[in-house]
Amino acid sequence: MMMMSLAGLRKGGGDSKYFSTTKKGEMHELKEELNDQKADRRKEAVKKVIAAMTVGKDVSQLFPDMLNCMQTANVELKKLVYLYLINYAKSAPDVAILAVNCFRRDANDQNPLIRALAIRTMGCIRVEKITEYLCDPLRRSLSDDDPYVRKTAAICVAKLYDINPELAEEQGFLELLHDLISDSNPTVVANAVAALSEIASFSVDGSKVFAVSGSVLSKLLAALAECSEWSQVFILDALATYQPSSAREAESIVERVSPRLQHSNSAVVMSAVKIIVKYVDLIESQETVKSLTRKLSPPLVTLLSAEPEIQYVALRNINLIVQKRPSILANDVRVFFCRYTDPIYVKMEKLQILVKLATDRNAEQVLLELKEYATEIDIDFVKSSVRAIGRVAIKLERSAERCINVLLDLIKTKVNYVVQEAIIVISYIFRRFPNRYESIIATLCENLETLDEPEAKAAMIWIVGEYAERIDNADELLETFMDAFQDETADVQLQLLTATVKLFLKRPDGAKEIMESVLSMATESSDNPDLRDRGYIYWRLLSTDPEAAKRVVLSDKPVIVDDSSQLEPALLDLLVENIATLASIYHKPPSAFVKRTRIPLGSGMRDDDDDDVGLESSDDDDDDDDSDDSDDEGRGKKKKQQQQDDSEDLLGFGGLSVSGGNGGGSGSDDLLGGFDAPSMGAPASSAPLTSRLSPAAAEGLQLDADFARRNGSIYLDLDFSNVSSQTPFGKFAIQFNKNTFALAPSSVNVDLGTSLMQGGPKSRFSVPIVTRPEMAQPGVAPNLVIDVALKNVAVGAINYFKVTLPFYVLFTEQGRADKKGFIDSWKTLGDAKGQAATLRGLVSTQMDAVVSLLEQHNIFHIATRNPAADQRVGYFSSKTTTGAMVLAEITFKDGHDACKVNLRCEVSQVLPFAHEAFQRLLVK
Amino acid sequence: MISAVLVINERGEVVMYRAYRDDVTREAAEAFRVEVVARKETGNVPPVQLVDNTSFLHTRRNKLFFTAVTKSNGNPALIFEFLFQLQRVVAAYLGEDFSENDLRNNFTLIYELLDEALDFGYPQNCSIDVLKLYINLGKLREKVKSAEKAKQITAQITGAIDWRKPGVKHRHNEVYVNVMEEVSLMVSADGSVLNSEARGVLTLRTYLSGMPECQLALNDKVSLNTEATLDGAGDVRSFSNVELEDCTFHRCVSLGRFDTDRTVTFTPPDGEFELMRYRIATNISPPFRLIPVVEEHGKTKVFYNVRLLAQFPDDESARNVLVRIPCPPNTARAKPHVTRGRAKYDPAQHAILWRLRKCAGGSEASFTCVVETVPNTKEKPWSRPPIHMDFTIPMWAASGLKVRYLKVIEKSGYRAKSYVKYFSKASDSYQIRI
Repeated sequence: MMMMSLAGLRKGGGDSKYFSTTKKGEMHELKEELNDQKADRRKEAVKKVIAAMTVGKDVSQLFPDMLNCMQTANVELKKLVYLYLINYAKSAPDVAILAVNCFRRDANDQNPLIRALAIRTMGCIRVEKITEYLCDPLRRSLSDDDPYVRKTAAICVAKLYDINPELAEEQGFLELLHDLISDSNPTVVANAVAALSEIASFSVDGSKVFAVSGSVLSKLLAALAECSEWSQVFILDALATYQPSSAREAESIVERVSPRLQHSNSAVVMSAVKIIVKYVDLIESQETVKSLTRKLSPPLVTLLSAEPEIQYVALRNINLIVQKRPSILANDVRVFFCRYTDPIYVKMEKLQILVKLATDRNAEQVLLELKEYATEIDIDFVKSSVRAIGRVAIKLERSAERCINVLLDLIKTKVNYVVQEAIIVISYIFRRFPNRYESIIATLCENLETLDEPEAKAAMIWIVGEYAERIDNADELLETFMDAFQDETADVQLQLLTATVKLFLKRPDGAKEIMESVLSMATESSDNPDLRDRGYIYWRLLSTDPEAAKRVVLSDKPVIVDDSSQLEPALLDLLVENIATLASIYHKPPSAFVKRTRIPLGSGMRDDDDDDVGLESSDDDDDDDDSDDSDDEGRGKKKKQQQQDDSEDLLGFGGLSVSGGNGGGSGSDDLLGGFDAPSMGAPASSAPLTSRLSPAAAEGLQLDADFARRNGSIYLDLDFSNVSSQTPFGKFAIQFNKNTFALAPSSVNVDLGTSLMQGGPKSRFSVPIVTRPEMAQPGVAPNLVIDVALKNVAVGAINYFKVTLPFYVLFTEQGRADKKGFIDSWKTLGDAKGQAATLRGLVSTQMDAVVSLLEQHNIFHIATRNPAADQRVGYFSSKTTTGAMVLAEITFKDGHDACKVNLRCEVSQVLPFAHEAFQRLLVK
Repeated sequence: MISAVLVINERGEVVMYRAYRDDVTREAAEAFRVEVVARKETGNVPPVQLVDNTSFLHTRRNKLFFTAVTKSNGNPALIFEFLFQLQRVVAAYLGEDFSENDLRNNFTLIYELLDEALDFGYPQNCSIDVLKLYINLGKLREKVKSAEKAKQITAQITGAIDWRKPGVKHRHNEVYVNVMEEVSLMVSADGSVLNSEARGVLTLRTYLSGMPECQLALNDKVSLNTEATLDGAGDVRSFSNVELEDCTFHRCVSLGRFDTDRTVTFTPPDGEFELMRYRIATNISPPFRLIPVVEEHGKTKVFYNVRLLAQFPDDESARNVLVRIPCPPNTARAKPHVTRGRAKYDPAQHAILWRLRKCAGGSEASFTCVVETVPNTKEKPWSRPPIHMDFTIPMWAASGLKVRYLKVIEKSGYRAKSYVKYFSKASDSYQIRI
């Protein structure tokens, strides 16, 4: 029966029709269908909505209608509505709260599958109000009779912690999670461990949250043998963080873990490998170490016959393992031979490992393989293979001659890119083993004309210069490059310069002419400072003391080693710790690519933390650039790069979001102040505010608050709701602490006019804000934080909270300067009173849109000018409540999603705040 | 762990998108499209890509990119194993060759599966049999509506033995063992064997009542030696024993037992499942030997002479033998002559396909051909890809592995019959360089 239905499923599903809905009036239609009397029609409509969501359409406006469909016994429908909720709850937090009752009912359902579904879904809804309602059902689920509900609840604690760590800690969920480690069901144990590990990795002091202790260890080891493949991975990865107290303990853990090497799931194998490689260091008995390393090889080799993706993961890790413990896989070089049909990325990784495993004993075999690869089709792979031959030569002195012979064979193929690569490699071998293989120079010289890649040319020229005394026609050879000297890359020019000088020092007769012409070209007609400098140094050396020149130019060079693929020991150790994680794939420390972003609750309209993240990541990019450059780029170039990077630092701010996109239309004054600051396009009354007080801390009061500017004054908008107070309340008193901008509420009393009952709707109150000189706070560094005290009269409690003032609410309606006044002040202030920054990722790069956007916030447009065809510069003025004029010059360039903001103000302390305000307004 | 799972088609359009965390957005798909899908050499791009501190792990199936996105330092092996398992689950519901449209046609089902298989990015229940119990046609089936039934299912999902439900009954208690070996071989152009191994899969089809415990014994050297020492005597040399290089087991096998005494002990799922995989690298006798002579004469002719020797026992025979002999890309004409079978030039593959429907052990066949090529203006010589062979040999295991016995112990004490079949085959992994 089931089989039949499954067979019919494939073609019979027919869900795809939901993807093809009509364009016009679609939303309206859906709305009607969602409210239809017939359950079937409603279900159809829900499916259409989910289909639209999948293809990326915004169907958030259907939120209330979708919620109506949630009250259903049909589980399929319920699941779809839940999916919708997860996606859109954040955009309508106030409405989403209506779902809570339904969730609560489901969390008490008889059916454990439904109970778990409710808990799982609730945890995915990142709306603070819902999160608070989650606490009770979650606590109950953690001790549910059914293991399926408990394992779901365990993961849900991690979700809660991700949304609101304080709440999760306050409510004691971490302790409850710890208790689950002793659960009788291994799957529950594994999920609890996974949740705890994740929480620990995100909290400041992770080891306090979760550390594998002796007693936990034995529970984990016991659960390990009995649980599913995924659970085994969670447990193994947690075990890997444990630091055994003794060699004996390490040995006994390894003994319990090593059977996992036989698991058919490669993730289990990799995680077991990680533990063993880590613990082997602690084991003293050489006998045991030997047998363990022997045990590791076969499972690693087996991974190489898995899917290519798994092979890739395994190879990247093996690369680390063989660097750390060369004895593992030492005898298995053949398994890394490339199959013709392997994907390129697998071949490239195998190549690296082949070089690492090459020894004098297997060199012949390895070289034959590499030679084979050098005739394949993919050019990058061929080049890498040729390079690999060179690396083997440099690593194994006794095999160097064999390598040279293979390279000569390859040169005979006359395949252009093979020849060039071989010549580059041979120059390295000459450098490593000087005066040994010069006999082949003649063969190399035959291929001179075919060289067209700069690196190969530079290598060949270096060889000619280095062995000028043994090459009869060295001068002729070098001369062939002279004609095109100006067109060559800097590298080739530098090599030519040095080679001709060497030639001259070795054979003064006849070479003088070439050398002089190179010197003059290098010093007189080149704008590359490196080349010029080197030219002058040679010139001066040769003209003052030719013997000294000989000692400098023809001195013995230090021996080179191949460390191109070798990792720093410290990094290697760190990466070995991170085997079976993405760090081991990238060969980068986790900190280089994991940036913890904390997305605040509610609508996400004010992610203050984003700034830091943006900054951090751009810092990192800088580091990378620098290290890349330092190797082979010229110093001048590097310096330039550096400057660029510095300026990028300033502009790397992540930025704050302004919803709504372009304001549209021209910046008419009608729009002034008509909209609430951070949510332009939405009337102030419905704009969600940032949560400031939570019921747990404020005797059942949930308070959201933000500053805004409307109709010429500043308001503090407050949303009150009674979540859990038995006593209804409706009267408050509010007071500010002294602050930088001398702001104060116009009246102390806040009377909502009604009494808020428990669980009732929220009520909004806007407190007009005025400036009072006595509120100024002269001794303290200027800041935007306002400390607020709020007394709940009915309950008799006083609560304190902080609100950060968006600086632009301080811009008054009187900020418009006239053109002449603007120009005068701009000039008088000058650069000394100015500060510039570049903003990226803009809301819009259209001047009109920007003008209308800024005018809404009392930043007035003065003039626009087009200094170049692709450039537009706008001038703006604004004035703060404290009377400081802020002048702005904003420059856009076509094709760049960035603008330069240059601000000038008499009061220099204002500048950073003003910049932040512009950034908030202009950056997405 | 995993922040989102995406299924993307070859045009870079999102077919399915399910977010598990909100540290990535739908726009991430765009970055993936630029970095992976839009690249000309898509297949060459490593399957793990880092874009803006966001990691994309992808694998392709049926022209669809199954992609996992994460911002954390996740476990890549786990993520890939999950993606493969997800594909298997989808295939079990929609058929092996499911397409983009099949996914769209059943998107409610797929979302339901994704919801169950992954929670907050941690893989949960991906067992096809268990999923089918309660996710079917996008509906909880009637019987699951009763809380009792649901309880049974949840016990199975979270239980140690989630692969078998109690109370199974069969009239005949039987076990079919299928040993399938994939022979892989790499021979260098001078005829020396670079690499040869047999990778075996032991598939069981069990029809056993109750909760049986099974014990499987192979002619594995190590286990026989342990047994011999345990028995105190016992001459084990009479078996031609194999040396298992490595093996992996279905999760029903007690790995602890295997580690201590090398016995494969398990309570099997009902029906078909893969019990074990193994790898044997020593003493493999490659079933076919191929002696190719390929000479390029001047710029326009290539001479081929290939001898094929069947080296397996005379009483067995191979089926569907295919020898794929590569030709230069500028081949103009190829007229092959073969002593047996049929050979034909296939311009699409740049290769001559030599097929033999049946080939008895110990027999021999040969192939000669002159390939004429269009003179090539490019200096690059022909890269000479290796010759590939595909074949199947029933009733014979290339490694010499034998199942010695399969014991079934159940408390009701029934006797179960067992049948063992062997197969050796090669596809793509049998390569002879020329």
